[in-house]
Amino acid sequence: MPSLGGDMSAGRLVEWHVKPGDHVTRGDTIATVETDKANIDVEVFETGTIERLTAAPGEKLPVGSVLAYIGGEGEAAAPAALRAAAPEAPPERVLASPLARKLARELGVDLSAVRGTGSHGAIERADVERAAARKPAEPPAAGMRRAIAAAMARSNREIPHYYLETRINLRAALDWLARVNLERGVEDRILPAALLIKAVARALTQVPELNGYWIDDGLRMQSGIHVGVAVSLRGGGLLIPAIHDADRRSVSELMAAMRDLITRARSGRLKGSELTDSTITVTNLGDLGVETVFGVIYPPQVALVGFGKIVDRAWVESGDIGVRPTVNATLAADHRATDGHRGAQFLAAVERALQEPAVL
Amino acid sequence: MSARGEHGLRLLHQMLLIRRFEEKCAELYSGEKIRGFLHLYIGEEATGVGVVENLAPDDAIVSTYREHGHALARGISPGAIMAELYGKQEGCSRGRGGSMHLFDAATRFYGGNAIVGGGMPIAVGLALADRLRGQKRVTCCFFGDGAVAEGEFHESMNLAALWRLPVLFVCENNLYAMGTRIDFTHALTDLRAKAASYAMPAASVDGMDVEAVEAAAKSAADAVRSGQGPYFLECRTYRFRAHSMYDPELYRSKAEVEEWKRRDPIPMLTARLKERGEADADALANVEREVGGAVDRAVAFAEAGTWEPVEELMRFVYSERSAAP
Amino acid sequence: MITYRDAVREAIRDALRKDERVFLMGEDVGRYGGCYAVSKGLLEEWGPERIRDTPLSESAFVGAGIGAALGGMRPIVEIMTTNFSLLALDQIVDNAAAYLHMSGGQFNVPLVIRMATGAGRQVAAQHSHSFEGWYAHIPGIKIVAPATLEDARGMLWTALEDPDPVLMFEHAGLYAMEGELAADAGAVDIAKARVRRPGRDVSILTYGASLWKALDAARRLSEEGIEAEVIDLRSLRPLDDESIVGSVTRTHRALVVDEGWRSGGISAEISARITEQAFYDLDAPVARLCSAEVPIPYARQLEEAALPRVESIVAAVRALVPAPHG
Repeated sequence: MPSLGGDMSAGRLVEWHVKPGDHVTRGDTIATVETDKANIDVEVFETGTIERLTAAPGEKLPVGSVLAYIGGEGEAAAPAALRAAAPEAPPERVLASPLARKLARELGVDLSAVRGTGSHGAIERADVERAAARKPAEPPAAGMRRAIAAAMARSNREIPHYYLETRINLRAALDWLARVNLERGVEDRILPAALLIKAVARALTQVPELNGYWIDDGLRMQSGIHVGVAVSLRGGGLLIPAIHDADRRSVSELMAAMRDLITRARSGRLKGSELTDSTITVTNLGDLGVETVFGVIYPPQVALVGFGKIVDRAWVESGDIGVRPTVNATLAADHRATDGHRGAQFLAAVERALQEPAVL
Repeated sequence: MSARGEHGLRLLHQMLLIRRFEEKCAELYSGEKIRGFLHLYIGEEATGVGVVENLAPDDAIVSTYREHGHALARGISPGAIMAELYGKQEGCSRGRGGSMHLFDAATRFYGGNAIVGGGMPIAVGLALADRLRGQKRVTCCFFGDGAVAEGEFHESMNLAALWRLPVLFVCENNLYAMGTRIDFTHALTDLRAKAASYAMPAASVDGMDVEAVEAAAKSAADAVRSGQGPYFLECRTYRFRAHSMYDPELYRSKAEVEEWKRRDPIPMLTARLKERGEADADALANVEREVGGAVDRAVAFAEAGTWEPVEELMRFVYSERSAAP
Repeated sequence: MITYRDAVREAIRDALRKDERVFLMGEDVGRYGGCYAVSKGLLEEWGPERIRDTPLSESAFVGAGIGAALGGMRPIVEIMTTNFSLLALDQIVDNAAAYLHMSGGQFNVPLVIRMATGAGRQVAAQHSHSFEGWYAHIPGIKIVAPATLEDARGMLWTALEDPDPVLMFEHAGLYAMEGELAADAGAVDIAKARVRRPGRDVSILTYGASLWKALDAARRLSEEGIEAEVIDLRSLRPLDDESIVGSVTRTHRALVVDEGWRSGGISAEISARITEQAFYDLDAPVARLCSAEVPIPYARQLEEAALPRVESIVAAVRALVPAPHG
């Protein structure tokens, strides 16, 4: 069971996409796992043949448990190892028939809340079925909210945030975008968000201290720039999949990647690595009319960039007042990793990058 | 050498083979090569040899747990018997039976029964089959004086006589049912007399004299084979050693044993053969040598034998071929 | 319309006709016509060599059956009732069951022993035993209990063809049972159970005369909305695990009905096997309905109370299956 997020301690196997005998290559998706946050496709890091599947769909297993055995080319099968038992905490004995227990697991019914009608008050299948029918459905993403709540509380507790804001003139960027989009269809037109992300990626090449993780009292800068894009989900959830190597992709590629991530995030088909690899997060709430974002950093990242709504505002240039499309860009940064000087340099770099969109 | 002389040497050879084989068993048992129960035939050789001499190759034998002598006299290879005692899969029962359960289809040797009297009904059944199939064969059933007290003796004797079945009932009366002397077992100790209560012809013979046994058994077997019905032959004999290897023999006096040893069948026949000029020193030495060699070869065969793999444990509970022929 | 007894007789006749090695041997099978009239008329048809009256010597004539089988015949030994078989227990256990093994595979014993079994006719403690379960404990023999006309007619030939000893238990209360059977009804297998009545709410596992009580009970339960599946085990050694487990996996509840006593009986064995093989499909513990642990009494109401009855089977199922809703 892979770790699919900093806080994950256990996952429930939803389904296998392979069976024993199938050949798999590193990177293939072999299963879907449900975590508190989402259903995630699990990729395999070996190339070989599936020998045995030891976890069953519906089973919840702690991170680190064996899910399957994969034989390398020409390798003998590894001897079977004991499956790690799911760590359940039975507070007191609940009398239930084996069939009822099996069913309760499948339906997600908590046996301690079920009234048994069998002998000695034992819970039988029918009791579980009744309980499942009565159980009000949890709001979707309730588990996710809990996870987000935990992460945010931790961030607030542990990370000394400082905030910087700048207002960026987007005239040049948007004009460029309009020209580029003339040659593109409506479905693949490039949105301003892609430019903003590219600008952030470019700026990070100049201020790499904001592209890293604070781990064990030290900043570990990351070589890859993987920009996490916050995607809101229907029902109130939030995912932050990463666009890998955002600095090396063209704006057009970034747009495509964004579209793909958003689609897959909303349909629960993200890969594990996409959720864990962000080195920085960008939150773009402009669509919702928010002018400025004061974000909370997602540990162990050390920065969060926020963009508000793109608004025409009064702009003074060379002594003249005009109207320009502008956006408020904010940086929330971890004061342990950087100080305001570097943060300001970062925002300045973002601003500069957006004035020369053609070279982004 | 006359035919009788040769025959005499043959009888001696048979008895001596049993004697030396059993002596070797005692030695091997002490060395833990043979385990479990071991009931030796030493002293009773004349009975087994004298009776079996009269059996045809396709007659049947049902025996008891004191059966090594019968098996050897019948011609089952000493090696196969010794290997069985060792528990090796080359044994005549594949190591599955041991001392008390020797079986051999080729010589129609149907065991080897550890339940006193338990083989008697089977002998009746084998004879019944022969009768129903019109086969003129004898089923020879060995049992001891103790078995005569069992219900199965009485049921079997009655049934065999009632249906005129070709069973030769041979009672090896060695005066002791394990540790219980015959007068503590039977209200009527004249065992031969009991046959009369089943309207069965009977005889009693000195079981230490192999030639006497042979003669008596010949009459008996001929009668049975001719279709006259069953016959009861009592052989009065004695075992020189304990009931089995763990018996301290508290139930009989050493003096009694010594007295019977004076009638040891082997020296008795040897003396007679010498007297009759049918065996000289060379001939006797030869027999001794042959027998010694046979026993040594048997031990070597058993030593070299192999253990049936444990994976095969569950075989032979049910037949492996799908239907009986 | 024929009776169970007629079916058994026909089976014996059939065997005598097909194989000259077959003969019937037992107490009063000839001149008396059989204690339960099973062999009535056979002596006149086949003569005294093949229909053999024996003295009251169970040990000897069962052992003789073993010997005759070893000697190339195909005997059918009839022990008047299971109760008397105890006198031949040594021959059955120490010889019939063990010969093949002790001889290292040299001597198989193709013997069939038929016995009347069971209680319910006020014949008291020594004539009312059901020892099928006891015998089923012993490796080396096979145990069958024909409960239907078809099985009474068809199991004997298969048993005779089997190279190993087969003990066939005919419940004495079934001999007079009437039914239809095809004239050409032939041999049937002796190793598998049969679903006599499919159902979804509970598996009733039983054999012998109890089968009919279970079917009656199932009819009554059906009126209450409980559909019981009734399995006729037919063979008690070997037990048909596949059928047993297959049924319980579907119904999730099991009731074993056995005329033997409960403690250490075949019902315990079946229950253990269900636990071993279908535990995770059980919605309730395996239930058992057996004879009360008393020697079977003479007085009618006491005997009835001691044995499994239709009413007690119905009650046992009601206690096991939740009341159907609506």
